[in-house]
Amino acid sequence: MTEKLVTVKNRAGIHARPAALIVQTAGKFKSKIFFKSDDDEINAKSIMGIITLGASYNSSIQITAEGEDEEDAVEALAQLFEKRFEEE
Amino acid sequence: MKSFTVLDLLNLDMQEQNELDLRCLGGRPGLARSITVPDLNRPGLALSGFFDNFGFERIQVFGRGETAYLNKLAGQQEFENIERFFSVEVPCVVFTHGLQPTKEFFAEAERTQCPVLQTGLASSEFAARVIRALTNIFAPTRTLHGVLVEVFGIGILLLGDSGVGKSETALELVERGHRLVADDAVEIRCVAGDILIGSGANKVLGHHMEIRGLGIINVTHLFGVGAIRDQKKVQLVIELELWEPDKTYDRIGADERYQEILGVQVPHLEIPVKAGRNIPIIIETAAMNERLKQMGYYSAREFNQSVLKWLETENARARYFQDRDPMSYDDLTSTQ
Repeated sequence: MTEKLVTVKNRAGIHARPAALIVQTAGKFKSKIFFKSDDDEINAKSIMGIITLGASYNSSIQITAEGEDEEDAVEALAQLFEKRFEEE
Repeated sequence: MKSFTVLDLLNLDMQEQNELDLRCLGGRPGLARSITVPDLNRPGLALSGFFDNFGFERIQVFGRGETAYLNKLAGQQEFENIERFFSVEVPCVVFTHGLQPTKEFFAEAERTQCPVLQTGLASSEFAARVIRALTNIFAPTRTLHGVLVEVFGIGILLLGDSGVGKSETALELVERGHRLVADDAVEIRCVAGDILIGSGANKVLGHHMEIRGLGIINVTHLFGVGAIRDQKKVQLVIELELWEPDKTYDRIGADERYQEILGVQVPHLEIPVKAGRNIPIIIETAAMNERLKQMGYYSAREFNQSVLKWLETENARARYFQDRDPMSYDDLTSTQ
């Protein structure tokens, strides 16, 4: 299992467009990928799940992945957060 | 879980019959204090100076008796116990019946930044409502990736990997007159020890669904309010999975299988998905079958009983003819 803690860096937080980006990226990997914030744990391949997580600016999310390509998956998702979902 | 503050208690949006009717009289900086136990305390003994086993971590309720005692203390100019009461950090004090605290009590609360709330309800009614609300809030919860639907009155939680068709199945069920409770992120609470209540993980966002190729749709607007529900007991878990030719699926259904969620055993079915299988109709049938089971009728078991009885009579007949006639039973039936 690979884990990484990331921070939401774009002002608007995770709304529909970033969520779609996350789901698309997560969908490319075979691993099971989860996002954890506070007590909620949701599947990173489900767009409604990610939106209902309600991740706002500066909130932190723990990405966990389990499977054959877990490291690549976590790295790819962390990159998205790092690049502010190509916003701003 | 996230901490539940006094401000959250004030902001609780309850339905009419559960309304807590709270307002804040003072001690506002203390609204950030968190409530850690779903319980109340009537601080009569503490006010009279007996602080052993004082349940300070609970919400302190002042009814008519306690308020009358505060007035008596004010008349006698005795404030030692009040100071002592506020020296420990109580989450908040609540005056029922719309009663007002005495001036000294209020001043002490303001000084120690303890929130003073007031409700128009009677103490017993307030106690019943607040405990009901807090039990729900403090109930163990878990968020699952799935869809919760109500089919023929049975709350069914559809689970399965992404892309197996949970949302599409739910959409078809809604179209057939059933109800959607939550899509994708289902929050499940265990109340009263063995009841699982499922609802949408985020109530603000309402009943939306994501359908591949369509995007996000608003179920309430498309299908009307009759197509949705806010919460529903989880009575059956159905796991959808892609058909694996090598896997053996339940062909009889006489054994009950269960899945454990938050320590509660819920009946569990595995339904393989394959082109040509109409999943919504299978789910409708599963729901009706579940209702039959709740009424005490188990289709698979009753069927097996009939088979056993039939075999038994066949056997008895065969023996009867064998004893009576040298001609064997097989010959007898073949000549008929």
